[in-house]
Amino acid sequence: MLTLDKVLIKNGDFRLKADMLIPRGASVAVIGPSGGGKSTLLGAIAGFNEVAEGSITWNGAVISDLPPHKRPMAILFQDNNFFPHLTVAQNVGLGLDPSLKLTVAQRRLVSAALEKTGLHGYEERKPGSLSGGQQGRVALARVLVQQREIILLDEPFAALGPALKTEMLTLVQDLTREIGATLLMVSHEPEDARLICEQTVLVAEGAATGPFDTAKLLADPPQPLREYLGANR
Amino acid sequence: MRQVAPGLLVATLIAAIVLGALSAVLWRAGGGSGLGPADIAALKFTLVQSVLSSVISCVLAIPVARALARRAFVGRGLLITLLGAPFILPVIVAVLGLTAVFGRAGVISAALGWFGLPPVQIYGLHGVVLAHVFFNLPLATRILLQGWLSIPSERFRLAASLGMGAGPVARVLEYPMLRSFLPGALVIVFALCLSSFAVALTLGGGPRATTVELAIYEAFLFDFDLGRAAVLASVQMGLVVLAAIAALRWSGAEGFGAGMDRTIRRRDAETPLLKAQDFLVLLGVTLFLVLPLLMILLRGLPGLMDLPGTVWASLQTSAIVVFFSIIIGVGASFVLAMAAVRLGWLEGVALLGIATSPMVIGTGLFLMIHPFDAPSRYTLHVTVAANVLMALPFSLRVMLPKMREIYNNYNRLAMSLGLSHGAWIRLVLWPRMRRVTGFAAGLTGALSMGDLGVIALFASPDQATLPLQVLRLMGAYRMEDAAGAALLLMCASLAIFWLFDRGGRVDADT
Repeated sequence: MLTLDKVLIKNGDFRLKADMLIPRGASVAVIGPSGGGKSTLLGAIAGFNEVAEGSITWNGAVISDLPPHKRPMAILFQDNNFFPHLTVAQNVGLGLDPSLKLTVAQRRLVSAALEKTGLHGYEERKPGSLSGGQQGRVALARVLVQQREIILLDEPFAALGPALKTEMLTLVQDLTREIGATLLMVSHEPEDARLICEQTVLVAEGAATGPFDTAKLLADPPQPLREYLGANR
Repeated sequence: MRQVAPGLLVATLIAAIVLGALSAVLWRAGGGSGLGPADIAALKFTLVQSVLSSVISCVLAIPVARALARRAFVGRGLLITLLGAPFILPVIVAVLGLTAVFGRAGVISAALGWFGLPPVQIYGLHGVVLAHVFFNLPLATRILLQGWLSIPSERFRLAASLGMGAGPVARVLEYPMLRSFLPGALVIVFALCLSSFAVALTLGGGPRATTVELAIYEAFLFDFDLGRAAVLASVQMGLVVLAAIAALRWSGAEGFGAGMDRTIRRRDAETPLLKAQDFLVLLGVTLFLVLPLLMILLRGLPGLMDLPGTVWASLQTSAIVVFFSIIIGVGASFVLAMAAVRLGWLEGVALLGIATSPMVIGTGLFLMIHPFDAPSRYTLHVTVAANVLMALPFSLRVMLPKMREIYNNYNRLAMSLGLSHGAWIRLVLWPRMRRVTGFAAGLTGALSMGDLGVIALFASPDQATLPLQVLRLMGAYRMEDAAGAALLLMCASLAIFWLFDRGGRVDADT
């Protein structure tokens, strides 16, 4: 269980309060107006934003004072999710060994992950020569080899078209199940939340609240969410 | 901590050398006399030639930059590259080339002779200014060209749709831009000309055309009057510091950088008259830059085959100086850039080197070594130190933006993956920095190859770098050998730049 215990996050002048429990294995969407603090919330959980008050725990152990890579999670950002000068295999391999001295067994794991994400035979290519969807798959292959208990997605697929994005989200769902991970996924599209997240956290007006049942929340949105979604939803 | 510690160490070393040299100068100057009439004359000449050089360079740069901004033509990229060439061209080579065109025995004098007119003279104030314009017109042009390209293309499109001609476009769009870019260009060129040494040494000299920087050298070499040298060095220090402050205050723009390959279709400028005007301007500037280089080639080739052994020995000395300048200079620049991503003020420390002129640093180091040992034993050490200090601000300018971009884009990813500091440098920083590092190494190497500054102050008669050897051959009126050695020097500078710049680019896909 991921616990945010009376957390206050500071990011420059911006303040965000969060107090919530996220069950192990849940898939949770994080939605809210832009500038509301969705990325700040994920950044704090991942260790990039300062937690000024309260603490974040995972299965009872405090993780909010650990450096990012010591936390039990893999994160994908909006952009710059790989190093463009390294090959696809090297980028994925970094998830196994950050000094990139891979054993034969680890290399096999990388190839298996690429195969699973539909990138078989792309090992030696550079990410820049791949399409947007394939680049997303490279990042997901790394998440797969990292085998972390929590997966954080900060809209890594926002630049993709609707069909491709749905494809990616389905892949995310498969991977999450395979790893048995807990998923937190920022989105500004309620459709994404409906698609793969049974629960939703709402980030608005300086506070993160929830998680709520996604279907119920979207059927009868509270005031700030209603403003964001617009009257005709 | 590991990101900033090496950079802080380098910055401390730079500050120690610069401030140590300055303290030595000031301390020694305390015992010296006040300024004599010759010193006042040098001060006056320095200011007059700097003002003239900067005003002429910048005024001439306006039509050149405008023509480059509004014309698309074959060879435009080449011309812009050519505008960058004087930066890495050794001063002594340019002086020889200009003399071959504008001097008494030059092309222009010869042409005048056909009409029975007397030859022109290059020595004196106008020669010094001419050489400074040769070096700084291209720089000013590049700065102003960036100004033109900073005007959004939509503005010109709007002007075209309103039917505005060249005159209204100039008033509405171009003059306001110039008002914000011209002061920066003026003050940068002015500051660069203040520390002019090699140009004044070769084309100036005498009581009426001596810069302060040259006067320091003469006080040393001819009179061995350390007190007077120190007083003059203090004057020079004051001048350069004031100019550096002004330059930082008024200049946002700088002369090199990417993104000059864009032209906008300018319907206001499509009249035959304006086309002819731009053509003539560009032709003129091309000839002005190319002719002297061509003359170096023509006059140098005959002598190149049987250069005296001293030239080859000096080339060897230069190679050693260049090698260490590149290693130390680029290494220092790399770690400074790494640290400056966190601590922005470190960039200012790198400017200390040029905020104090080479002769001042040289004087200071001479004064520091003199009581203990013969300074000529440290000629190469001091030359390398001066070259590194001189090149550092430029290589840092080249490396820092890329370094910032890498940290901004990839530091988070590296942290989330848990890359160690070593892995970060090996896997991310080095491969992505290689290209700009090669460029910075090329700049540092070429600058160091062509430098004629403190080496002239320190060297004993039996040692010399290649530029100093060229100077000595000129002084001995062995013009054919001098021209051959100058051609060798020019080729060496360009080769070093090309080699490192290429080396950085090969296989780099960043």
